[in-house]
Amino acid sequence: MSQAQRQSQGSAGQSQSQSQGLFSGYAAGEAWDEMMSEEGQPRAPFKPIHHTLREMDPESLKERADALASMFLDQGVTFDHAGEERPFPLDAVPRVIDADAWADVERGVAQRVDALEHFLDDIYSRQGSMPRAVDDGIIPWRLIATSSHFHRAVAGLRPANGVRAHVSGIDLIRDENGDFRVLEDNVRVPSGVSYVIANRRAMANVFPEAFATMRIRPVHEYPRMLLRALRAAAPEGRTDPTVVVLTPGVYNSAYFEHTLLARMMGVELVEGRDLVVRNGEVKMRTTHGEERVDVIYRRIDDDFLDPVHFRRDSMLGVTGLISALRAGRVTLANAIGNGVADDKLVYSYLPDLIRYYLEEDPILPNVDTYRCNEPEHLQTVLDRLDEMVVKPVDGSGGKGLVIGPKATGQELDELRANLERDPRGWIAQPVVQLSTVPTLIDGKLRPRHVDLRPFAVNDGDKVEVVPGGLTRVALPEGQLVVNSSQGGGSKDTWVLAGRNVRVPSNEAAEMILLSSQRPHSSDDDAPPTEPLDSEPSPTQTSPPQAVPTTGEES
Amino acid sequence: MLSRIADSLFWIGRYIERADGTARMVDTLRLSLIEDPAQNENYTSSMLLGGIMGYDEINPEVGYEEVARQLVFDAANPSAISGSWLAARENARRARETLSTELWEVINTSWHRWNGLGTKAATQQHLGWVRERSALVAGIADVTMSHDDAWNFICLGRSLERADMTARIVATGALDWGPSWGVVLSSCGAQQAMLRTMRGVITDRSAAAFLSLDRRFPRSVLASLEDAERRLMTLAPDNDRVGFSDEGRRILGEMRSRLEYNDPDHVLADLPNQMRQVQDAVTAASEAIGDRYFKSAPVQEWTGEIL
Repeated sequence: MSQAQRQSQGSAGQSQSQSQGLFSGYAAGEAWDEMMSEEGQPRAPFKPIHHTLREMDPESLKERADALASMFLDQGVTFDHAGEERPFPLDAVPRVIDADAWADVERGVAQRVDALEHFLDDIYSRQGSMPRAVDDGIIPWRLIATSSHFHRAVAGLRPANGVRAHVSGIDLIRDENGDFRVLEDNVRVPSGVSYVIANRRAMANVFPEAFATMRIRPVHEYPRMLLRALRAAAPEGRTDPTVVVLTPGVYNSAYFEHTLLARMMGVELVEGRDLVVRNGEVKMRTTHGEERVDVIYRRIDDDFLDPVHFRRDSMLGVTGLISALRAGRVTLANAIGNGVADDKLVYSYLPDLIRYYLEEDPILPNVDTYRCNEPEHLQTVLDRLDEMVVKPVDGSGGKGLVIGPKATGQELDELRANLERDPRGWIAQPVVQLSTVPTLIDGKLRPRHVDLRPFAVNDGDKVEVVPGGLTRVALPEGQLVVNSSQGGGSKDTWVLAGRNVRVPSNEAAEMILLSSQRPHSSDDDAPPTEPLDSEPSPTQTSPPQAVPTTGEES
Repeated sequence: MLSRIADSLFWIGRYIERADGTARMVDTLRLSLIEDPAQNENYTSSMLLGGIMGYDEINPEVGYEEVARQLVFDAANPSAISGSWLAARENARRARETLSTELWEVINTSWHRWNGLGTKAATQQHLGWVRERSALVAGIADVTMSHDDAWNFICLGRSLERADMTARIVATGALDWGPSWGVVLSSCGAQQAMLRTMRGVITDRSAAAFLSLDRRFPRSVLASLEDAERRLMTLAPDNDRVGFSDEGRRILGEMRSRLEYNDPDHVLADLPNQMRQVQDAVTAASEAIGDRYFKSAPVQEWTGEIL
């Protein structure tokens, strides 16, 4: 295309292109900008992209951005919002992470998942006695027992291969120094991986030249990793297990993701009404009668899984599922009751738990967190309420989150009253500036805040992290809350291969990819909530402070 | 495969075929109104709505525009083209992991583009496009899906819908006050095939026989029934010594034999009645197929909280 021409023209009048190009007026704020250094020079991993963009005329980038959007609509890469299918906007500028930074993320996420598994095993597998970590004074029992996601229905139950968090999404941010920190852990039903796959495919079609010049690690291994982990989790004696994906249905905001995963794994996508429990076994209704199901990758929240044990009004689940589970006839992925590890108060103990269970120092630090259930912490929080981000411990989708500096006096008063009434229900964190990446806004590149959700899969032998992840970007200026329902979008995340790493170009993987070329959507969790949501609360429509609060969702 | 998915696939087949059939009929009406100055627009239009589609209470003043509104652009009417495509796409969304990606995409983009064509008037551009898209869907399903149960359910839906559609059209041709056989033939897309087969000699009798009893023309009633029967046999090969365990197949087989082994003159003399029987048989077979293959738990509703 005319790209080569444009480039040559560009270099003739470079100074001009600097002033009028995509980057004109680009001013990084106080946050860490991932592309541009403080001196206004591109950082190493972004150099090729910066070079290309600098020479590109805004129209041409716009054309590509439009091509991305229409591709998503045609493929049905959408999320359901308020009954309407919308494409999830994909920004044309990718986010690049170099091999060294990624190595830390990979190790750090795997370590975190490992510790979370130990923790869950500790609290659920030792029926009749206190968890070790409680006995040894690492974490108070009261805190576990009062978590709304701690389910006694699965106490004493150990999954077939011991894995409870088959899939985890660990939300990361980069702070003002560019260091990765963990914002929260999602080991219930983390969603968004379909966008990782869909984004990559779309970018490869629209920016083929970038893939030719950079060593970008592929992400299409994910469905295979997942299937392998799910098969490994089958009940004992099931050598060729039947795996299904359980969806709440077509109206769920993440339905696209469910179809994508089912298709790419080559398994059935079932709804609750397709399943029935007979003689302690879970069966699906097929055109040839009922067939046994061994592993259910469920994208429905705990509370809706089995009306016998949880919400009686749930029509999404399968009656008797928990008894089949307890009888060891079926495996659920992820396990029931994982939500206790997502609890934001538990999150604040994670560094201690990593040291306790693994005898290692945490590789990825937390964001500083004040536990409101501890009187000194609470006092500090109350004194500095207008500088803090305060979050409910079990909130998902950012529900109830308050950003101190943006809140009105009245909101702060209400918050103060809530904190005093229910200190167990809240944590507080100082406002953190999320890092920024150039993003195409009205024909110009502008810094916008991003977070990152890498996905980890645990097959019982090893925790593997997909080299990539979902980068969510807040499109409104200064917005620190990254949420698709509030004008959020995503970016393709390019993890560069190190010098010595062979970029796998596995043929079998390639075949999977071709068979299902496309991707899809997002979140999933439970019933139709916001897509990929992260913080839907109305208080944040234009929060200028960023806060460590992105992800959530499940 | 899952019963619920099989159900969706069956209806994808039916709706796509229905859109195609409806487009052919409306296009024939459109052409005959343009080309034949003797046509009575109100009469022919009400014939299409009342005689073929079976709508009650047709306004005698009805014209082409009204036909287009009801049979082309009404997304709430599953017999209209918009409604059929919408229903096909909704079913495809539910069966998305089973369809090939290409098949899902062609259905999805067809729906989006169809909405982009505008709803002012049903032109050749609209109607021809619908036929093309239906053929595209059938072709892509054929070459990108395994010819397994999933594919057979799509084809089964298509054949049943085709038998039903052709039967309705043929029945009107036999009426004294009905459209000419030339119009009926082109409504079924059979004009050229027929001309070639008969080497140009078309009589009322041969036209009626071609559409109802021909074994080789794929849109004829007999061929469609036979195809549906064969799909059912592939789905459930059975070796009963007596009778049939598959009620749908029994119904279709009985109907097909009655047409095929009857004296053609008898069939043609009694065409409207025979075609009504075909429609009834298709309905009964459709129900039997539903009972056998698509039975799942009662449809469940979302609870308040979940919404």
